[in-house]
Amino acid sequence: MKKKVLATLMTAAMLATTLVGCGGTDAGSAPAADDGAAAEAPAADDGAADDGASEEAPADDAAAAEEEIPTATFGDPNGTHMEMWTFVEIHGQHYGNMVEKWNEQNPDRTIEITCTTYPYADMHTKLLTSLNAGTGAPDICDVEIGQFPNVIAGLDTWLVPQNDTAAPYLDTMVQARMDVYSGSDGNYYGIPYHVGATVMYYNVAAMAEALGISNDDVIAKIDAVVTWDDYAALGQEYVDAIATEGKHWTSVDTAGCDWQWIAMAEYGEDWTGGMGGTANVQLESIKKMCTMEQEWVNNGLAMVSPDGHVDLEAGFQNILDHNIVSFPKAMWYMSRFTNYMPEEKGNWYIAKCPVFEAGQKCSVGIGGTGTVVTQQAGDPALASEFLCWAKMSEEGEQLIWDNLGFDVCNTVLWNDDAFAHDDSNQYNQFFINYPYDVLYSIKDDIGTVYTTAISPTINEQMCNVTLNDILENGMDVEEALQAAQDVVDLEQ
Amino acid sequence: MNKFKKFFYSQKAAPYVFVLPFIISFLLFWIYPLCSTITMSFQDIKPTGTEWVGVKNFTKLLKDGIFHTAIKNSFQYMILTLVLLIPFPMLWAVLMDSRLVKAKGFWKACLYVPALTSVVISGTLFRLMFSEYPTGQMNVITTALGLGTFKWLKVKATGLGALLLVACWRWTGVNMLYFISGLKAIDTAMYEAADIDGATAWQKFRYVTIPLLKPTTVYVLTISVYAGLAMFMESYMLWAGPDSPNNIGLTIVGYLYKRGITKNQLGYGSAVGIVLLVIALAINIVQLIVNGTLGKEED
Repeated sequence: MKKKVLATLMTAAMLATTLVGCGGTDAGSAPAADDGAAAEAPAADDGAADDGASEEAPADDAAAAEEEIPTATFGDPNGTHMEMWTFVEIHGQHYGNMVEKWNEQNPDRTIEITCTTYPYADMHTKLLTSLNAGTGAPDICDVEIGQFPNVIAGLDTWLVPQNDTAAPYLDTMVQARMDVYSGSDGNYYGIPYHVGATVMYYNVAAMAEALGISNDDVIAKIDAVVTWDDYAALGQEYVDAIATEGKHWTSVDTAGCDWQWIAMAEYGEDWTGGMGGTANVQLESIKKMCTMEQEWVNNGLAMVSPDGHVDLEAGFQNILDHNIVSFPKAMWYMSRFTNYMPEEKGNWYIAKCPVFEAGQKCSVGIGGTGTVVTQQAGDPALASEFLCWAKMSEEGEQLIWDNLGFDVCNTVLWNDDAFAHDDSNQYNQFFINYPYDVLYSIKDDIGTVYTTAISPTINEQMCNVTLNDILENGMDVEEALQAAQDVVDLEQ
Repeated sequence: MNKFKKFFYSQKAAPYVFVLPFIISFLLFWIYPLCSTITMSFQDIKPTGTEWVGVKNFTKLLKDGIFHTAIKNSFQYMILTLVLLIPFPMLWAVLMDSRLVKAKGFWKACLYVPALTSVVISGTLFRLMFSEYPTGQMNVITTALGLGTFKWLKVKATGLGALLLVACWRWTGVNMLYFISGLKAIDTAMYEAADIDGATAWQKFRYVTIPLLKPTTVYVLTISVYAGLAMFMESYMLWAGPDSPNNIGLTIVGYLYKRGITKNQLGYGSAVGIVLLVIALAINIVQLIVNGTLGKEED
C-alpha cells in the first residue's frame, strides 16, 4: 500500500515538474513583463520613452513592485464597491482620502474603493487586455498620457465619456488638459491631475557663489531673461565665472523631448499634427531648438544629460553635484527635489522658460495621467461623478497640491492666496519663490502638444536615434530630422 | 475500478499516459501559440477588431530600417557569443577535467553561480557598473588607468562589449558543464592508447577530445545560435527597457516586445516573431546538416 502511495506521489511530482519545467523555459526566453517592470529604473523610464517627456510617477514606485502588489481599501464597507488601479501608490491614497470626504457629504450614496498599485508597464498591459476581453477591468483606472492613445482606441465601447459629469468644473479647468484626454469623437474620457507646465529651474545659490554676487542680484538677472539668447548670455557669464571642467550651465536631453516640446509650444507647432493630422518632425521650431542645443554642447555651455535626461538617478546626482545650475522641466519635477535632493532646499528658484521671440508662449504641458471610468464599471454614473469631484473640485485640487505636489488644473486656485501662498506646504517651503506665482504669471502662455497614436513612434525615434545623432554624434540637424521623418512616414 | 486498473497496467496504454504531460504542455504552450502567431502575423489586431491584411506586415518589415538594425545587432551578438562561448567553456572544461586544477568543485560553482542569478538583478547591477557617470564602476577603473571616462552604453562598440560581458559571465559556467559531461563520456582508454603512441597533450586534445566532444559541441552550438538570436532580457536590463541610444542594444525579440507589447501591435509583432523563427530554423538546419547530425539515425 505504502508503495502505491509513494508511486502516486512520485508521478504527481514528475507531472508537476514537467509542467513547471515547460513554463520555466518559456519564461526564460519570452519577454517577461513583470521582471522588466520590477527592475525599471527609479524614474519609470518606460514613460519617458513613451511620451518622450517622462511622467509624474514618483521614482520609488517601481521598487515596490518587486515585493508585493499594494492594495488598500477605503470608505464605507456598505457602500457601492469600486475597484481602482493605478501605477503610483500615492495616487491611490488620494482617492482614499477623497472617498472619506465623499461619504461624509453623501451619506445616502456612500462608496467603498479598493486601490491596487501595479508596476507601470504591467498595469497598462492588464488594463488593455481586460478592456479587450470585455471583463476584468477596474471601475476607475489611471492611464499615463503616453499610453492614452492605446486606451482611447476603444472609445465609448471601453470607456465612459465624462462630458456631463465634468461640466460643472469645466469653466475653471485648463481647457488644453481636458483636450489631451479626449477621444477622436470629441468626448472627454480622461480627467487630468495636473497641467505639467514647463518652467525653468535655477540654482540661485550656486550661481551667486560663482558670480560673487548676492542671491537677490542673481534673481534680478534671471528675471531679466526673456529670450534664449538672454539665457545663453547669462549662462556664458556663469560658465566664464566658474571656469571649471565639468561645470555647465545646463544639460540637454538625448532621451527626452522636453526641449523640443517647449520649442513647438513657443511657435505654436505640433509634430503630431494634432488629432487626425499628419505627423511632421521637420518643423521650424524643432530645427531651431536642435541647432541651438548642438551649438551649446559644442561651446561648452551645455552638457548632454547623463543617461539621457534629468529625471533619473544620474540626473539627480548631476544636479546635486552642481554640474548644471539650470534646466527646464515640468512643475511636477518639484517632487523630485523634495524626495531626492532635500539638501538643495532654499537654493532653487523657479522662473518661466525663455522664448525664441518675445511675445511667444513660454510653456507647455508635459506628462500627465488621465483617470478613466471603464464601461465595465458596476455603477458608471456614480464612478464618473465621484472621479470628477475627486480630481476637479476645490477639495480635490487642494489635496492634489498638498500631497502629490502637482500644478493643479483649476486656474481659479492659482492666485487664491490661501491656496497658493500656504507656507505649510512643503514645495512653498522648498523653493525661493512660490511655484504658483510663476504658474499664474504664465497662465495664458501654456501651449499644447498632443499625444496621439503616432506619438510613441516620434518620441522613440527622437529619443533613441535623432537626438543622439545631433547632440552626441554631431550630425547635421537637417539630415537627422530627415532620417526621423522617414521612420515616422513608414508608420502613417 | 477493475477496468481502470486494467487500463493503467496495460503495457500499450502506459507509455502514452507517461508522455501525456509532455504532449499536453507541448501542444498547449508551443504548438498552439506557434499556430496563432502565424495566423496573427497576417492580421492587423486593433482594440476595436481584427482585420486580415495579407502579407502587409511582412512587406512593411522589408522597409523597416529599425527592424534591420535589430537583425544586424542580433546577428553580431549571436556570432560573437559563438566565438566566446564555445572555445572558452571547452577549455575550462578540459582544465577542470585535468589534474592541473585544485579545488575543482569551488571553481565549477563559481562559474556556474551566475546562471542561477536573476537576470533582472544582474542586468541592473551591470547597468550601474557601466553608468556613464564618473562614479560608475567601469569609469572608476578606466580613470584609475588613466584612460578617462566613457559613455559605455551610448556607443555601439562598448555597448556590445557590455552585452557580451553579461553573456559570458552568465553562460560560461553552463556551457562548461555541458562540455564536462561530454568529457566524462569519453573512454579513458582512448587517452591511454594515445599516450602509448607518444601523443603530446595538444595532440590528445586535437585528435581525441575535440572529435569525441562533437555531439556536445553541436548541441551547444545549436542552442547558442537560438539563444543568441533570441536574446532579450540582457539588453532590456542593461538599457532599462527596450530603448537604447541609436538602437545599439535593440534585438529582434526586443523589437518584437516593443511592437507587440508596448505599442500594442500584436499582428506586426507576430510577423517579427515569425521572421526570427525562420532565421533561427534555417541557420540551425544548415548547421546540423553540415555537421552531419541530421540523418545520423539512418546511418
